[in-house]
Amino acid sequence: MRGVVLFILLGMLSLLPARAEEVIVGLSQNRVSLTVNYEGSEILIFGAVRREAPLPDDSDLDIIVTIEGPPMPAVIWRKARRLGIWVNTESQEVRAAPSFYAVAGTAPLSDILSAEADLTHRISTRLAIFEARGPDPRDAAAFTEALIRIRQGEQLYQELDSTVALQRDTLFNTRVTLPKNIVEGTYTARIFLLRDGEVLNEAETFIDVQKAVLERWLYNMAYDRPALYGLMALALAVFFGWGASALFRFVRS
Amino acid sequence: MQIYLPIAETSVNAFTLLGVGGGVGVLSGMFGVGGGFLITPLLFFIGVPPAVAVATGVNQVVASSISGVLAHLKRKTVDLRMGTVLLIGGLVGSIIGIWFFNLMQRLGQLDLIVQLSYVIFLGIIGALMLQESLRALRRSKNPHAPRRKLHTHNWVHNLPWKMKFRASGLYISVVPPLLVGVGVGILAAIMGVGGGFILVPAMIYLLGMPTKVVIGTSLFQVTFVAAFTTMMHALTNYSVDVMLAIFLILGGVIGAQIGTRIGLRLKAEQLRILLALLVLAVCGKIALDLLLTPSEVYSISIPGRF
Repeated sequence: MRGVVLFILLGMLSLLPARAEEVIVGLSQNRVSLTVNYEGSEILIFGAVRREAPLPDDSDLDIIVTIEGPPMPAVIWRKARRLGIWVNTESQEVRAAPSFYAVAGTAPLSDILSAEADLTHRISTRLAIFEARGPDPRDAAAFTEALIRIRQGEQLYQELDSTVALQRDTLFNTRVTLPKNIVEGTYTARIFLLRDGEVLNEAETFIDVQKAVLERWLYNMAYDRPALYGLMALALAVFFGWGASALFRFVRS
Repeated sequence: MQIYLPIAETSVNAFTLLGVGGGVGVLSGMFGVGGGFLITPLLFFIGVPPAVAVATGVNQVVASSISGVLAHLKRKTVDLRMGTVLLIGGLVGSIIGIWFFNLMQRLGQLDLIVQLSYVIFLGIIGALMLQESLRALRRSKNPHAPRRKLHTHNWVHNLPWKMKFRASGLYISVVPPLLVGVGVGILAAIMGVGGGFILVPAMIYLLGMPTKVVIGTSLFQVTFVAAFTTMMHALTNYSVDVMLAIFLILGGVIGAQIGTRIGLRLKAEQLRILLALLVLAVCGKIALDLLLTPSEVYSISIPGRF
């Protein structure tokens, strides 16, 4: 298996135009299907660095891999005690936050990524979130931090320092686990090649996360033909509710 | 085994779901209660979003009451005229409830409203059930204790727009049953319950209906109001999860059959105390969630999702 992968990668290498250092990437799967018993899945991201010139020996090569789920607006609420009970009192809108975000590197991000490169490419989790302009920017940070904290708790945001394995400055691979509570859509995997904190080259590839046939059908029907969906829900309730008791009566007699 | 719920967009354990449906089914078979008031809060506890739990709970109510209402219709123990008046009120109440539900969801306060209504109503039912069963227990020990009068003339009998309800032997104003219906409809829409726990006492004590038609008539109203509310939830906020409903219904119908058998063999009075304590425990758990300082004061809501 590994031999075949290597062979394909080397084949891909020879087809590319010349550049100083270039990254080529592959995924263990391009499709994830959210079936009835979906419990999460592991994606293997692997690739190689193609290089025309000899390996520079004055700096280290680093790789960062990010996987980003479809971005969505969100509202973050903060509770406060009112009349003795905890109530949502303040909220902060976020223009777009990735529904899933994993970032992995050959070393901790702060060691291998310069602040400027991070700003340009929006690599760290904090910069992947686009805040809305709020009235109080200092407090807005608390809301965004809460968003990251909550989603990290649900494995939706992952900061995987030093999990990218790089062999002989050429071959790399890492694994990212998509949890069970991901949403469907196109997930973007970005791979950055870095030296001295600067991005030399990047590559992009996609993972298609889709509900399986039955789930997709139910979901579409609920939103596109809600009257029909409601009637179906009622028909099922009547069928099972009445049918089961009729069956038990029949069994008893 | 995890199952993926397509509308709630999350996975839950299939056996937990069957357990919730089955456990509540056993209780409802034993005590003749609908059980919606336990299913919905139990769904919150296992991580189903409240909006989905409420809409799917009310769909489950249809399944758990349909065979009962058919049996009562066959036995002619339904006051159809009273049932229709209650139902008209119920439909109006359901529309009001759905409007309020969707408004609160837009304002980000839906979870609070649902939790608060559960604390209030579970607290009231639990306390009443406990009091009632303790009284029954005392009466069984001392048969000469004074009984409560079932039918008294009160303010209800002095209101206008009187109507004859032959099956119940009543000649009363339509205002009280309409208002009772509205109240039950609102509860169905906001809490995902049938509302039998409010309807039955109101019919007996407030309207003075004879007990032989109370259960059939309340089931008649509850079934149709629940069906209507399911449709309203499906049409306005798309939160009915059919996959979730099937597991709850399957667990529920099987559980109810087992519960009925158990109920025939055991002394109901002592068990009723346990049910009352269980209701109070669920009420207490929700109340604590509102009262204690949460470990995370922030929460995320995504517009258009649950």
